[in-house]
Amino acid sequence: MNWTAVASIYRFEMARFFRTLMQSFLSPVLSTSLYFVVFGAAIGSRIDQVEGIAYGAFIVPGLIMLSVMTQSISNASFGIYFPKFIGTVYELLSAPVSFLEIVLGYVGAAATKALFIGLVILGTASLFVDLSIAHPGAMVLFLLLTCLSFALLGFIIGIWAKNFEQLQLVPLLIVTPLVFLGGSFYSISMLPPIWQKITLFNPVVYLISGFRWSFFGTSDVPVVTSLLAIGGFTCLCLAVIWWIFKTGWRIRS
Amino acid sequence: MSAILSIRDLRKSYEGGFEALKGASLDIEEGEILALLGPNGAGKTTLISTVCGITTPTSGSVTVGGHDISQDFRAARRLIGLVPQEINLEPFETVWNSVRFSRGLFGKPRNDALLEEILKKLSLWDKRKSQIKELSGGMKRRVLIAKALSHEPRILFLDEPTAGVDVELRKDMWEVVRELKADGVTIILTTHYIEEAEAIADRVGVITKGQILLVEDKATLMAQMGQKQLEVQLSAPITAIPEALSSYGLELSADGAALIYTYDTRAERTGITSLLNEVASAGLVLADVVTRQSSLEDIFVGLVAGEQS
Repeated sequence: MNWTAVASIYRFEMARFFRTLMQSFLSPVLSTSLYFVVFGAAIGSRIDQVEGIAYGAFIVPGLIMLSVMTQSISNASFGIYFPKFIGTVYELLSAPVSFLEIVLGYVGAAATKALFIGLVILGTASLFVDLSIAHPGAMVLFLLLTCLSFALLGFIIGIWAKNFEQLQLVPLLIVTPLVFLGGSFYSISMLPPIWQKITLFNPVVYLISGFRWSFFGTSDVPVVTSLLAIGGFTCLCLAVIWWIFKTGWRIRS
Repeated sequence: MSAILSIRDLRKSYEGGFEALKGASLDIEEGEILALLGPNGAGKTTLISTVCGITTPTSGSVTVGGHDISQDFRAARRLIGLVPQEINLEPFETVWNSVRFSRGLFGKPRNDALLEEILKKLSLWDKRKSQIKELSGGMKRRVLIAKALSHEPRILFLDEPTAGVDVELRKDMWEVVRELKADGVTIILTTHYIEEAEAIADRVGVITKGQILLVEDKATLMAQMGQKQLEVQLSAPITAIPEALSSYGLELSADGAALIYTYDTRAERTGITSLLNEVASAGLVLADVVTRQSSLEDIFVGLVAGEQS
């Protein structure tokens, strides 16, 4: 393993993040505060409790997941798409690095950024509502796995995309709806029975449910199922990336 | 001298059937400067991209320092530095970080003293903290060279390094290339500027339509293929070439003031002595005598034209 190369890619990617630290930091704080004002105070005051949890607290895991997923995808997809777009990818392709090392560098940096933002949101949320985390270890595990798997998905999107429009397409048309419909702001038990069944086809449901369990000890689906789902999703992304690098699809002519 | 880079029957076909390389073979000796000349679309960049790992060959083999570029890609690529034709740089990053990134990417431990030396040599040291987007085109090209040198390659590919740069920078780059050669670095240079090849190359390769047409020592090539011309300038213009000189195949200049004699430098007898004697016998008075040797460009144009016809 060329660990020096992995560290170089990671550091280079993180430098981009630090160059725009204020934006990276302020935008999740602002958007989380807005969600709390709208859903927590304005609407939440009329909802009272969901599954015995104050609504303001109930939406915290979903909010964190929403940001972590979109940030992981956008960071990783931009991270690999930008070198393709400006042509600096030549250096990656001609360097003595394996594809695993490239992925570790880019995905590691994207996941770190998303993790940072997740923690910032958690901190912001704790200013608005009383939060207690029932299973901190599981919380960290779910958070890390989500950052990692969605950064892998973002990496695939970044390689697939041929232009900036396509780069936005998957996050906008697929991921955001799945996250919103995945129980970020409600419990799926609140849905009509037929929609409860349909919702189970949404993979994001398992992530949010498991993550919420780590906070409050209650979940829509069994925790083991959640872990299996996110583990399976990570493996699927890894398999796709392995295939991309084996064939050189959209990277090597 | 032994071959540090060996290319055997390299082929590259793209989807749609275009064949960019049609069985190119080439051996490059350690420590030499090889200039690869060829018209646009001849396959120069494809050849370099394949050796460097950016393009996957359809068939054929390449070894770098004895390492196969696909079986043993790490060892092969560690030896190679590439300066691409296009200015591909991360615009928001500083010069220093970009160069440091390149070194790390090739698995080399941090060495700030070496990077400082490289940046100073390329007159980039004062710009090390500048973002790349703030630099001029010539400076950006220097950054590309600095990036390639940062990981201490044994073979350096320069893909049209002086395209669109001013004369001063071109001369600077030639100087850098000469210094690298002095350090034992093998250099492969593609160029459109024949004078560049003439100025710095040891050997010249000509590539056209995806095939290496010839690789020859520059001096040998020029001596072998170069024709020399002798221009005999007359003190008074004439209207026709005298009958006595008809066997020399002379041309008369447009103003009638000079006779032009083309001869082969390889011939046992160039015929210059007898020509000059006969010019004198014919009653013509010499004003001056000038000789000209064909440049590499004349040779190159002749070769490519011959191939295309």
